[in-house]
Amino acid sequence: MSTSKTQVKAYWKENIKYLVILLSIWFIVSYGAGILFKEQLDTIRLGGFKLGFWFAQQGSIYVFVILIFVYVRLMNKLDKKYGYDKD
Amino acid sequence: MSVQLWTYILVGITFALYIGIAIWSRASSTKEFYVAGGGVSPLANGMATAADWMSAASFISMAGIIAFDGYDGAVYLMGWTGGYVLLALLLAPYLRKFGKFTVPDFIGDRYYSRTARSVAVFCALLVSFTYVAGQMRGVGIVFSRFLEVDINTGVLIGMIIVLFYAVLGGMKGITYTQVAQYCVLIFAFMVPAIFISIQMTGNPIPQLGFGDTIADGSGTYLLDKLDGLSAELGFVEYTNGSKSVLDVFMITLALMVGTAGLPHVIVRFFTVKRVRDARKSAGYALLLIAILYTTAPAVAVFAKTNLIESVQNKRYQEVPQWFKNWEETELIGWIDKNGDGKIQYTVGHAVEGNKNKPIFDTEKRGQQGERMITNVNSATRNELFVDRDIMVLANPEIARLPNWVIALVAAGGLAAALSTAAGLLLVISSSVSHDLIKKMIKPDISEKGELIAARLSAVAAVCVAGYFGIHPPGFVAAVVALAFGLAAASFFPAIVLGIFYKKMNKEGAISGMIIGIACMLLYMIKYKLGWFDEKLPSPDEWWFGISPEGFGAVAMTINFIVSLVICQITKKTPLEVQEIVENIRVPNNAGVSTHR
Repeated sequence: MSTSKTQVKAYWKENIKYLVILLSIWFIVSYGAGILFKEQLDTIRLGGFKLGFWFAQQGSIYVFVILIFVYVRLMNKLDKKYGYDKD
Repeated sequence: MSVQLWTYILVGITFALYIGIAIWSRASSTKEFYVAGGGVSPLANGMATAADWMSAASFISMAGIIAFDGYDGAVYLMGWTGGYVLLALLLAPYLRKFGKFTVPDFIGDRYYSRTARSVAVFCALLVSFTYVAGQMRGVGIVFSRFLEVDINTGVLIGMIIVLFYAVLGGMKGITYTQVAQYCVLIFAFMVPAIFISIQMTGNPIPQLGFGDTIADGSGTYLLDKLDGLSAELGFVEYTNGSKSVLDVFMITLALMVGTAGLPHVIVRFFTVKRVRDARKSAGYALLLIAILYTTAPAVAVFAKTNLIESVQNKRYQEVPQWFKNWEETELIGWIDKNGDGKIQYTVGHAVEGNKNKPIFDTEKRGQQGERMITNVNSATRNELFVDRDIMVLANPEIARLPNWVIALVAAGGLAAALSTAAGLLLVISSSVSHDLIKKMIKPDISEKGELIAARLSAVAAVCVAGYFGIHPPGFVAAVVALAFGLAAASFFPAIVLGIFYKKMNKEGAISGMIIGIACMLLYMIKYKLGWFDEKLPSPDEWWFGISPEGFGAVAMTINFIVSLVICQITKKTPLEVQEIVENIRVPNNAGVSTHR
C-alpha cells in the first residue's frame, strides 16, 4: 500500500477528470434541458410529456441517481487500480 | 372501522415500533451518540438519510405546491435531489475520510482556527434551528388534523417521542428509527398514488401514468387535458411556468447547493465504515428519495385534474362528500359570489388578508349550506379557496380509497416530520456538547461527562424546538425555505475549497463564510421579512429579479469570490494542513470517526 506523492497526484487527477465529466452531465440535464432549453425541447413530445417539462420534473432526477451509481463504480475501480481499496 | 380508529391503531403501532427501536439501540459512548458507532451499512444509512431528508413539507406540502405552481414546482424537485450529486461527488467521501464527528470539526481543523470553528458552529445552529421549528409545527399540524387534538398537544406528544429516542439513542437510536420511518412514509405515500394512477389512466406506475392518456377512452393525454383546463380557467398552462428563467435557475441552484451544505445531511455520512460506503450510501439515499420525488409531480397532476373536474361549475349541493369534510377542517372554502349556487374556480385569491386564508364564521351557514367566510375578496371572481396541503391529505378520500389508506397517510406524515426533527436535534446537541463544550470551553471533559452533556443539550434543544412549535414566530414559515440559502452561503464553499483547493487558508474561508451568510441574512431580512422598510418591498425591487429563495446562489458565489481573493493576499496555509488535505483525498485507511 503505497501513498507516495506521485501516486496521490495521479489518483487525484483521474478523480477530477471523472468529476468534470459527471458534473457536466449533471448540469446539462437539469439546468440545460430542464431550464435554459426547456422551451425548445418542449416542441418534442415523449408520449404525453413535453420533453423539457419531463426533464424538469422527471428525467433530471433519474439521471442524478444514475450519475451517483456510475461514480461509485468508477471510483471503486480507480481505488483498486491504485491499491486504495484496502481498509 | 372508522378512519379515526384506524388512525389511532396505525399511529400507535408505528410509535411503539420507534420506541422499541430506541430502547434496543441505546447509545453507550459518545461515538455511538454522535456517529452511531461508525458501522452503519450503506443501505441502512441511505434509508436513514432519506427519512432524515424528507420532512413533513416533502410529504404533505410538496405535491400541493407543484399542483399549484405547475412547471415552476420543478425547482424543488431538481433542487432537492440534484444536491445529492454534489454531496456524493464533492463532499461525502472526503468528509468521511477526514473522520470527525461534526461539520464544525472539519471547518475548525481544516482551517486550523478556533474562529473558523466558532463561525461554523454559529452557522450550524442558525440553519438547524430555523429548520427544526418548522418540523415541530408540522408534527403538531398532522396530529391535530388526524387525531383531532389541539395543535399544541400534538407538538407536546411529538416532543416526548423525539426526546425519548434522540436522548436515549443519540445518532444510533435515530438512525435505526429513521430506517423504520422511511419504510412507513414511502409506503404511505405510494399506496394512494398507485391507486389514483390506476383510476385515472389505467397505468399502475404513477411516474408513467401522468404522461399517459386518460382512462375514459378518449385518447387525450392527461397533461394536455390539464393544460387545457388551466387555460380555460384563466391560469398559465400547467406545463409552463410563470417565474423568470433566471429566477428558476437561481432557486434550483440555491436549493441544490444548500442541500449539499445542510449539516444534518452531511453528518449522516460520518456513520458509515469506509469511504466507499459513504459514496454508495449517497447513491442509495438519492434512489430512495427519488421514489417519492418522482411520484410527487404525478400526484400533483392527478389531484389538480381531479379537483378541477369535481368542483368547477358544479352545484355546491352536488359536490362529493370529501369537499364538505375538508370544509369542516377549514382547508377548503367557498363563497358564492355571483349567487348561482355553483362553484367557480379561477385566478386570484378568493379571500383577502389573513395571509390569503379564509376566516370562517363559526355558526352561520350560507344559502346552500356552505360555511360562511368573513374576509371575502370581491376584487376577483374566484370563489374557491383550497389549501395546497389538501392535495396529499385528501387524495385518498377523493379517490374513494379504504379508511386504512387514509390512516396510513397520517402515520406517514408523522414519520416524515419526526425523522427530520430528530436528525436536526442531533446536530444541535452535538454542536453544543462536542463543538462548544468539548472543543472550546472544557477540553478536558471526560467521555462520560461529554455523553451526559450531549444528552442534556438534546433535551434543551427539544424544549427550544417545542417552544417554537407552540409559539411559532411569524417568520418561521418564511425562514425555513431560506435555511437552504443560509447553508449554501456558508458551508458549501468553505468545505469544497477546503478539499479541492489545498492552498485555501483560514483568512479566506472565515471572511468568505461571514460575508456570504451576512449577505444572505440581509437580503432575506429586507425582501422576505420586510424588517427594514415600512412594508415588504415588492418583487419588482429584487436585484435582477432574483427572489430571496434564489439569492442563496448569489451569496454562495460571493462567498467563493471573497474566499479566493482574501486567500491570495494573506498568509500561506501551513504545510502540515496541506498534508491533511492530501491525505483526505485518498480513500484508504479511513478508520472510524473519532473525536481526537
